Amino acid sequence: MNKSKALIRLALLGSIIAWLTLLFSDITLLFSDLQGVSPDVAEWLPRVMLGLYIVCLYYYYRLRIELDDSLSFTDLLWKVFATGLITTVVSLIFRLLVFMLGRTSLATNIVFSEFICQINLALLVNFLIAALASWKRLILYQKSKWLIRTWMLFELILFVVLLFDSTGMRFSETVSTTMNFVIGVLVLALSANMRWVAYLNFKQKWTSLLLLLLTFFYLAYFFYTVEKSTEVIAKSSSAFLDYRLQLFIIALASFIIIYGIFSFLVILFNLPTSSVFEQKLEEVVNFQRISQSIQTEQDEESVYNILLESSVSSVFADAAWLEITGANNDRKMFTYRMTEQESKNIRDHLEKNNIKGVLDGGSERTRNLSKHLASMRGSRFRSLLAFPIMVKEENIGTLALLKELPDGFNKEMTRIVSTFANQAGISIENFRLMEEAFQNARYKEELKIAKTVQQSLLPTRLEQDKDFEIVAFSASADEVGGDYYDTLRIDDHLVALIIADVSGKGTTAAFHMSQMKGIFHSLAQQHLDPKEFMSRANQALVYCLERGSFISASYFVIDTHEKKVRYARAGHCPVLYLRNGSKESFYLKDKGAALGMVRSKDYCNYVESNEFAYGPGDTMLLYTDGITEAKNGKGDEFGNDRLATTLNEVAGAGAAEIEDHIIKRLYEFSGSKNINDDYTSMTVKFLHN
Amino acid sequence: MVHIKRLQEGGADFIVIIGEIDASSSIELDLAMAKSVGEGYKKILVDCTALEYISSAGLGVFMSYIEEFRDKKIQMVLFGLKEKVLNTFEILGLADLLHIRESKTDALKLAHELSV
Repeated sequence: MNKSKALIRLALLGSIIAWLTLLFSDITLLFSDLQGVSPDVAEWLPRVMLGLYIVCLYYYYRLRIELDDSLSFTDLLWKVFATGLITTVVSLIFRLLVFMLGRTSLATNIVFSEFICQINLALLVNFLIAALASWKRLILYQKSKWLIRTWMLFELILFVVLLFDSTGMRFSETVSTTMNFVIGVLVLALSANMRWVAYLNFKQKWTSLLLLLLTFFYLAYFFYTVEKSTEVIAKSSSAFLDYRLQLFIIALASFIIIYGIFSFLVILFNLPTSSVFEQKLEEVVNFQRISQSIQTEQDEESVYNILLESSVSSVFADAAWLEITGANNDRKMFTYRMTEQESKNIRDHLEKNNIKGVLDGGSERTRNLSKHLASMRGSRFRSLLAFPIMVKEENIGTLALLKELPDGFNKEMTRIVSTFANQAGISIENFRLMEEAFQNARYKEELKIAKTVQQSLLPTRLEQDKDFEIVAFSASADEVGGDYYDTLRIDDHLVALIIADVSGKGTTAAFHMSQMKGIFHSLAQQHLDPKEFMSRANQALVYCLERGSFISASYFVIDTHEKKVRYARAGHCPVLYLRNGSKESFYLKDKGAALGMVRSKDYCNYVESNEFAYGPGDTMLLYTDGITEAKNGKGDEFGNDRLATTLNEVAGAGAAEIEDHIIKRLYEFSGSKNINDDYTSMTVKFLHN
Repeated sequence: MVHIKRLQEGGADFIVIIGEIDASSSIELDLAMAKSVGEGYKKILVDCTALEYISSAGLGVFMSYIEEFRDKKIQMVLFGLKEKVLNTFEILGLADLLHIRESKTDALKLAHELSV
């Protein structure tokens, strides 16, 4: 930044020095010529200095204008205008000075005229160069490769011309004509680049016209002034810097003027259509706003507001409303320059006249409902346009636009708003998808917690007795299941056992499991008959189990005095029993509906208590359906028969050994450690004592 | 994956289940049942001939309608259950709560008898 500032100053300083040198050498030359003495300065000096002056100025404006990105089109024109204004004012001051001098000898002095003329010429060149830098920016707006090449060629030719001018060499007639022709073609080619005009709004176009017009005035004034004074001097002497011989200045000036005229005309003819372009631009901006609203912090509500505003502004509607059914089925109403009552009146009117359309969801085709408003009294609106807002092919709301004029909406407007409504639908859909993903992440987190809870609900130690030993195993799939087992000592000879499977998965399952644990711990202590236990558990659970949920459970009470097991099965997998010395295990099949299936006192009709005597060496295997329903690669289930056979294989073994064997066989069968359900088993081995 | 069809025959609504019913597909079963009830059928017959597997969530759907059916005097009969599927119903004790028949004719007969 500082570097470019220093360069700007250097260029300015260079141009000033060059110009001063030019001024004094040229005056000296003229003076010597008038006096008839040989000059002290070289004859070529003014020309070279003029070239230097032009180059320095060019760099100065290049740095000031060309490299300043913040300038808008009108800013550029303003720069040219401002430069023109300053130069003109300076020039006028000198003119005033001359005028005040009147007919004094100084005023008529040729050398003094030369001085004024040089000043005016310098100001003119200054102005032309400033305009060149600005025009360059304008022409190269939205540049293409070819355009850049053309421009570079133009600059190069101008530079060559400047070099020749500085050396004082003259082109031959043909070269000069060719040169003029080439420059003319280039100027015309460059002047065709008017893309920037389209981006001006109506007001900016007027401003530009005015600025251009004033610019022409300055140019005319300067040429008139310089031309006049040059003529005066030329009458007396030829030993001075005649701008008319400087091809560069002529070429540059014609370029500035031609492009200026072209711009002026193009802007002028673009004036009537500028509002259309402006509107299109606004549509694009609105469209972008709707699309971007999903990426930023905004919520659904702001998408609706943007949709409402954009639609209203692009079709010049007088009022609008937007009715949306939210994700939770709540209706939301957004209105714009109208009351909710007015909107209700219109909808009531349409409904009363039985008009099917977008508004009542009866038809999606009928969008322009204007003609139906004609029969409505007491409403200021005469045109109505309605659109459905679709999310995932589901109509979530309607957008209605109103105008006080009859027939206020045309096909083009319908198309635009339709696009807006579609885009808003997509935005909302994306928004809801994001919300869903967010919910999913939260659900996973919840699952993790549920799993921890579930694990903590299972007992860390199981009741043991000199009469039996119990081991239990539980593994759960990634998703939390609801397997539960527990033991509780009722008194010195009674021990209660439970195994249960809660339907469903996830947090709810973990929640019901904890309820089951509470029920087991409170009811078991009361030394209830197993049937009574189930009846009461059912009674307690119907209040908290939602419709369609149930818990299957088996409850056992081992009586070590009587050597008996009393039990009740409530929809749980039948117990697998193996008598000591036998090789054939069997299932205890009996009646029993799962807890929560019958939601009344009638439940006691669907469950029964049973009892059997146990002997030392007997094995009782409790399990959940995750084990029998475990599948292998072919889709076959582990099944009851395979489970029975597996138990038979280790008939004489201890509880822990039996359990290990069953788990081993189960994993061998399913072929992987990735289980898709919960495996839970509880093995009770009655002991010899 | 499950495919559920509904068709009407002899004044009864037939719900035909083809495939497996697990936690996610049980929603479809629930939807079909709810539609049938909503349309006012008093005899609902569930064709389980092509039902390969049913999870506890699927059983929960049948269970959840028991009371509503009793209150509205709707008769639901299941028929054509495969042995494995029937076993699942039996273990849970649902076999005692629901009407289950082997064949379609038996099921239709029972539905007529019950609604008298």
